[in-house]
Amino acid sequence: MGIGVSIGALSPATERSPQAATLAAAAAEARRDAWRRSIESVAIPLGAIAAALVLFGVFMALTGRNPLAVYHEMFRGSFGTAFSFQNTLQRAAPIMLTALATAIPLRLGLVVLGGEGAMVLGGLAAAAVGIHLHSPFSIKLGMFVTGSLVGGAWVAGAGALRAYRGVNETISSLLLNYIAIALLNHIVEGPLRDPSSLNKPSTLPIGDDNMLGNLPGLDVHWGLGFALIACLIAWFLMQRTTFGFAARMVGGNVRAALLNGLPVRRLIVIATFLGGLGAGLAGAVEVAAIHGNANASLVTGYGYTGVLVAFIARANPFGVIPVALLLGGIGASGGLLQRVFELPDATVNVLQGTIFIAILFSDSLYGRRWGRAKSAKAVAA
Amino acid sequence: MSAAGGVALGMIGGAVRISTPFLFVSLGECLTEKSGRVNLGLEGTLVMGAMAAYGVSYLTNSPWLGVLAAGCCGVVLGALHAWLCARPRVNDVAVGIALMLFGVGLAFFLGKPLVGPSAPHLPAVSLGWWSASSQVRSALQVNALFVLGLITTFAVRFVLRRTRWGLIIRTVGESADTARAMGYDVARVRQLATMAGGFLAGIGGSFLSLFYPGSWNEGLSSGQGLMAVALVIFARWDPVRCLLASLLFGGASALGPALQSVGVTSGYYLFNAAPYALTLAIIVATSSRDRALNGQPAELRVAR
Repeated sequence: MGIGVSIGALSPATERSPQAATLAAAAAEARRDAWRRSIESVAIPLGAIAAALVLFGVFMALTGRNPLAVYHEMFRGSFGTAFSFQNTLQRAAPIMLTALATAIPLRLGLVVLGGEGAMVLGGLAAAAVGIHLHSPFSIKLGMFVTGSLVGGAWVAGAGALRAYRGVNETISSLLLNYIAIALLNHIVEGPLRDPSSLNKPSTLPIGDDNMLGNLPGLDVHWGLGFALIACLIAWFLMQRTTFGFAARMVGGNVRAALLNGLPVRRLIVIATFLGGLGAGLAGAVEVAAIHGNANASLVTGYGYTGVLVAFIARANPFGVIPVALLLGGIGASGGLLQRVFELPDATVNVLQGTIFIAILFSDSLYGRRWGRAKSAKAVAA
Repeated sequence: MSAAGGVALGMIGGAVRISTPFLFVSLGECLTEKSGRVNLGLEGTLVMGAMAAYGVSYLTNSPWLGVLAAGCCGVVLGALHAWLCARPRVNDVAVGIALMLFGVGLAFFLGKPLVGPSAPHLPAVSLGWWSASSQVRSALQVNALFVLGLITTFAVRFVLRRTRWGLIIRTVGESADTARAMGYDVARVRQLATMAGGFLAGIGGSFLSLFYPGSWNEGLSSGQGLMAVALVIFARWDPVRCLLASLLFGGASALGPALQSVGVTSGYYLFNAAPYALTLAIIVATSSRDRALNGQPAELRVAR
């Protein structure tokens, strides 16, 4: 009864105001949440990388090296001089492309490691096509299209096995990497071997005139341009199109996606194919811009660095660009570290592994109410 | 001896020789997966184990201390894996990949000075004394670790099936909620299972550096740790089937070298890819999109 009286006593204006206040508070909360999320998405990965650098510094100190001197040389060998920066850019290009092979399927909740195999076979297919074409333009076009398609089909194989047979895509894509490398070795030693390549069995060269040139004003080949464009296209596709929305929905909740009638299996195959396109293109670019033919040098480990990049970038194709630059830089400095400190090649891998572990650990820090305790105390006071 | 006989003998000898690392890693993974956790990082554990075993064996002149050191490395990496996976929202597949890259990198870093020197090897038991043929005798050189692997196979099976600990591990793997309701600490059980799995995988690594191929270098492991993880799926999470599958894989891996030894060199690389292709063919043939696999811990079904 008391309730009825109080409602009757309220004027229309005061009736609306508590509601409006709640709405305003909710909006403020949502704004704070959005802010917190965007700050987190930058601060947490940076914090994790910094923590990994500290841990690695301690490790260096334990092995008797001055960590600051190591980092100084590392900077000099990656970003410090014009020469080393161009070297970094050149390495970052294939890493960006192979990272897409992991990043795009990761949006659907799939962990695909097939970038290495797709890159190797993409390069092999590109060389096989390139030596049979004639004009420089048709050679380049043919190489990039074939390399990409072969890479796409290879990774899509793992996707299709997952979608239609329920085969674990992580394991199948890893096995496909080993099979791809064996195929490369078999073909460059046998059917496609250039008889004049003695120590290092290779296919025939595509010819110096047909090699991919440099970006204007830089000593970096066009592969970097392709990689940047591919990342931007992938970002647009995943963030701004219906396909991207559907893919992210599959990654968020497969059952909800199925109940909404999304073609989950087809989406899986398409996403793995698109990712593989990038890795295949990386192989084609390596052949067209650096090696000039296909041989065992195509087995670079960029595919695995790409996996790391995709995870650090949290599967965001745009985030792949800066992360690939960072890891490309770390890789580029390996040679200098070896010369100056007599550190083994694997030093770079230890640092990359440490960063990977730190980044994965940092996944547990998202969504914490930083400062919530403080504001509660402020209210109490 | 005929070429076919030579190939068959090479494959049988290879099956026994090459299968040992597969066996230890797959037993370790089987134990871990029974508790409802996947450790994809055993490749890193295998390589770390190989490096540690070689280093300790070289420094102390005792290969068995090396085997122990390899196991301890595995325990440490397993503990790291379990600790990371127990954090909220951390993906265990990704942690496995990270530890694989980290373990391999760290092993090559620390193992750099060990590339040159030679360390004492593990003893072998000769089972070919009855034959006059030197080929037969060299094929039947069975390492003590293989025998230990046979014992471990049945021990793991006994522990999982017949003991209280095994029951707890399986309960945690089948239903974490039930285990929690019964008062077991799920994270703790998984941590111990991952550490025990790491111990076995580390021992598998010691076989690589201390018996076959029997030296330490960067090309030592070619993905055996990964194949062993796939092999557990094929073996339906049963230790005895892990043993049979390891022997099959050892035989497949020996196909390339066996053919080469009788003069077949064309397609060498393709034959080397046989174990990978076989693994893939087997998991494709035995997977199904609709029905759950026999013997698969239910907690893994939720996770994948």
